[in-house]
Amino acid sequence: MHRYIPNSEKDRVDMLKAIGKEKIDELFTDIPEQFRLGRDLDLEATKTELELDRLMKSLAAKNKNIDDLTCFLGAGAYDHFIPTVVNHLAGRSEFYTAYTPYQPEISQGTLQNIFEYQSLICELTGMDVSNASVYDGAHAAAEAAVMTCAAKKRDKLLVSSTVHPEIRQVLKTYFRFRGIELIEVPMKDGETDYDALAEMTDKTVAGALIQSPNFFGVVENIKKVSETMKESKALTIVSVDPISLAVLEPPGKLGADIVIGEGQALGNDVALGGPYFGFMAVTDKLVRKVPGRICGQSLDEDGKRAFVLTLQAREQHIRRFKATSNICTNQGLMILKAAIYMNTVGKEGLKDVAIQSMQKARYLRNLLMEKGLAEPVFDKPYFKEFAMKFTKPVAEINEALLESGFLGGFDLNSRYPMPNTMLIAVTEKRTKAEMDAFVKALEVIK
Amino acid sequence: MKVQSGLYYSEDHEWVRVDGKTAYIGISDFAQHELGDIVYVELPDEDDEFDKGDSLGAIESVKAASDILIPVSGRVIEINDELDDAPEKVNNDAYDAWLIKVELKDDAELEGLMNAEAYEAFIESE
Amino acid sequence: MKHYEKLIFEVSKPGRKAFHLPTIDVDDLSLDEMLPEDLIRKEDAELPEVSEMDIVRHYTNISQKNYSIDKGFYPLGSCTMKYNPKANEDAASNPGFKNLHPYQPENTIQGALELMYELSDMLAEISGMDKVTLQPAAGAQGELTGLMLIKAYHENRGDHQRTKIIVPDSAHGTNPATAAVVGMEIIEIPSDHQGNVDMDALRGAVGEDTAGLMLTNPSTLGLFEKNIGDIAEVVHDAGGLLYYDGANMNAIMGQCRPGDMGFDVMHYNLHKTFSTPHGGGGPGAGPVGVKDILVPFLPVPMIAKEADTYLFDYDKPLTIGKVKSFYGNFNILVRAFTYIKAMGREGIKEAGETAVLNANYLMHQMMDLYQIPEEMLCKHEFVAAGLKEAAEGVTTLDVAKRIIDYGYHPPTIYFPLIVHEALMVEPTETESKETLDDFGKVMKQIAHEAKDEPELLKNAPHQTPVRRIDEVRAARDLILKYKDSLKE
Repeated sequence: MHRYIPNSEKDRVDMLKAIGKEKIDELFTDIPEQFRLGRDLDLEATKTELELDRLMKSLAAKNKNIDDLTCFLGAGAYDHFIPTVVNHLAGRSEFYTAYTPYQPEISQGTLQNIFEYQSLICELTGMDVSNASVYDGAHAAAEAAVMTCAAKKRDKLLVSSTVHPEIRQVLKTYFRFRGIELIEVPMKDGETDYDALAEMTDKTVAGALIQSPNFFGVVENIKKVSETMKESKALTIVSVDPISLAVLEPPGKLGADIVIGEGQALGNDVALGGPYFGFMAVTDKLVRKVPGRICGQSLDEDGKRAFVLTLQAREQHIRRFKATSNICTNQGLMILKAAIYMNTVGKEGLKDVAIQSMQKARYLRNLLMEKGLAEPVFDKPYFKEFAMKFTKPVAEINEALLESGFLGGFDLNSRYPMPNTMLIAVTEKRTKAEMDAFVKALEVIK
Repeated sequence: MKVQSGLYYSEDHEWVRVDGKTAYIGISDFAQHELGDIVYVELPDEDDEFDKGDSLGAIESVKAASDILIPVSGRVIEINDELDDAPEKVNNDAYDAWLIKVELKDDAELEGLMNAEAYEAFIESE
Repeated sequence: MKHYEKLIFEVSKPGRKAFHLPTIDVDDLSLDEMLPEDLIRKEDAELPEVSEMDIVRHYTNISQKNYSIDKGFYPLGSCTMKYNPKANEDAASNPGFKNLHPYQPENTIQGALELMYELSDMLAEISGMDKVTLQPAAGAQGELTGLMLIKAYHENRGDHQRTKIIVPDSAHGTNPATAAVVGMEIIEIPSDHQGNVDMDALRGAVGEDTAGLMLTNPSTLGLFEKNIGDIAEVVHDAGGLLYYDGANMNAIMGQCRPGDMGFDVMHYNLHKTFSTPHGGGGPGAGPVGVKDILVPFLPVPMIAKEADTYLFDYDKPLTIGKVKSFYGNFNILVRAFTYIKAMGREGIKEAGETAVLNANYLMHQMMDLYQIPEEMLCKHEFVAAGLKEAAEGVTTLDVAKRIIDYGYHPPTIYFPLIVHEALMVEPTETESKETLDDFGKVMKQIAHEAKDEPELLKNAPHQTPVRRIDEVRAARDLILKYKDSLKE
């Protein structure tokens, strides 16, 4: 019998006898004959652990990863340093083989983590309430959009074109079938065109979604947007880089109603795009409209502090058709890693990560300019990413960089009309030596 | 189950207390009992207008969230904001804890509702 | 025994530091040299200040308040809480998988693309579907994708009338919720007394506005829908498509396939059937399999193979677009792939057979004292309508809490909604006969207690880190973050 299946042949025989059967086939007589498969599945034979190990290692070896390549690529997924305790602790099977905490008495570990995570997100974003997370940053945007339209009873949403292209694509897909109109706000000099936004805003608009730092790494003027929105009694949704909130004024203090974002940078692997998590934090007013799970603090019958999932009446398993969303999961394991990360780097450490990322980004940007290799495209305040215009197509440059062991930045021409323009990300992991070598490699390519 | 006389009742377990051209609306004792401990009452805004049968809001308990369907058409002129901090008032006295006060649009709609006796019989049969 | 009772914020002490970075090797610019004043954060985010020892102790201690599969039996119906193989975790922690940036060029991720391509094929083979997208991040998102595909299909044929999805009243809550998310209406049809779709009701419900039917087979009562052939015919004849909720696939793997039963589209729950860990609530993964007629509408990118090279295929003019950023929960896909390879064709079939045997075996042990129809043949799970006999006021909830006292996680309770005081039990194939025997004994014991010593149930659980929690208080007096609790 397979190593994951405890019962032996004898167990099977005994159990069948106990229920008055002789053969396993008798347990499947309720499946009409015409549907019985009647053949083996066309899959490989069982693999022993030794064979499995070889297979998985050989597949993994066919990839180059960001340990092998020096990474200057960002665009929504970042190579930040993950302290070792994150994986050791999140790797405890009491956490990862546990189920959703529907029986709170035996899930206080999971629940306490969710409560602490919610608290940390509120601290970082300056908001009143956080949920227990959604699938990723793009999903958070979709849920925020739905929530905004429902709360305002309006069905138009403005979306800045400086929001990550994948987020905008996901929004389009979600709302193609939902009857919410998405209106794209043009950009100007690497930022949302605030005047255009103001012109497009009226009492038929439920809200606006902007990103800060935006896709180009530029820090946007959240206050301006929220003031515009308030005039039409509309809501402001801001998608943020959580690391940046260590040093940037949080959207909660700038008039945002909903703060969302991609949480990967907080202690999670880049993992070819998933699993990640999307965080969502709102003002008190919106607490009953926010989708997903939420953990609250209460008391047990002995008067002891205890944590429990609350406000579940909004959720799919109770509200069904009228639910705020169809979401069932929260990214439990991912937010555990994020919480451990935030607690480990701590108040001062997160600032260090953000500041060093910024200092190093400026070093590289200046060096590229000094060497005459590229010109900055935008002259705006930025966090850890910046767009540079080269003299050759980025695809060509990146191919050559790859041979020297570098993962070059994102080719902006693949999503915007920006030829020869690369979006370069620098995190605290990059050293002066790596950046100097990167520049040297570029000099050769030129 | 307490059924208060002098009120009109809908099949969705709401009551209507007419006061001239206006009316108070709430949920019956049967309804609050079905819901269990009420944790939140979602009410509309003043000036909102509804047609009979529209959802005017929702009542949430730990295990359920129920839409409140307005039994008569009207415009909201007052909401009971005590329920914001103390939703349990609906459990304690469902007939005292009114939800909204409306300006009636069409008196004739009241004829389609049940009186206390009919409602009592209705919930017996459920 | 003294339990660990602190929140991380209560461990925090100013000046404690668990993390240092190397000294900056470039210009040590200050914040106001790098950003305009008005953008700079005025008040620090009050993240905790703790030592590394504090962190390790904190998480180790709170983890031990959790029940988990590695700790014990978890017979949650509809969740398929099977063993999470460690080999899956090894694969997922290989830097060659976890350290891949999503925007890396294809020629640097051939192993990853090969894995995804093959996983799609294997899932298609297991379920009888033609093509599979790995993009949806969870079962519910898979359902969303499936319904979008159905909608796109009809609209592409010029048929805009089809706005209704038929769902049995036994369906999982995500089914109707998902329909609402895609702007469709739900028609709920009753199940008959055996929990099967009422064929008359179905015939009455289909029409020119039918987009499709969502069904799980076996049903949420753990019973195989014998009329599936007729159901498929009725829906297809009316012009609708058939959606399969893959939550219960563990019962039929290797025995029959949704694609052969007439289903046009389905989602898989990798975190159920395919052993990826539940993670305390997520992440999951909900790939979607389709028949050829829906292939043109699948999300982009798909994974294609040209000669020996794998690549992302964005060339799908009729695609519904993207439901998730990037490609899906890749590192969950890695785990599912590892699992299917470990099981192989024999193992997959054995898993399904044993899951069904285990469920029937346990069901027979509980039949005397719990409300389970006699002579029943269940599939991988069964539903009891509570206790046969109990003292006044003893509910399924009380039974569940008492099970905890015996060291087990309770089964699913109060689902499906159509069964009163429901108790849904799914042992899965990774439990031994001994575990099932012991659990059976415990359930019998509890049934006796329910009659003779009901207080034991009503006051359960007794020895857990916390006992029954005031959920009304949690929902009324909202304390949703640490700072809220300080206001008290």
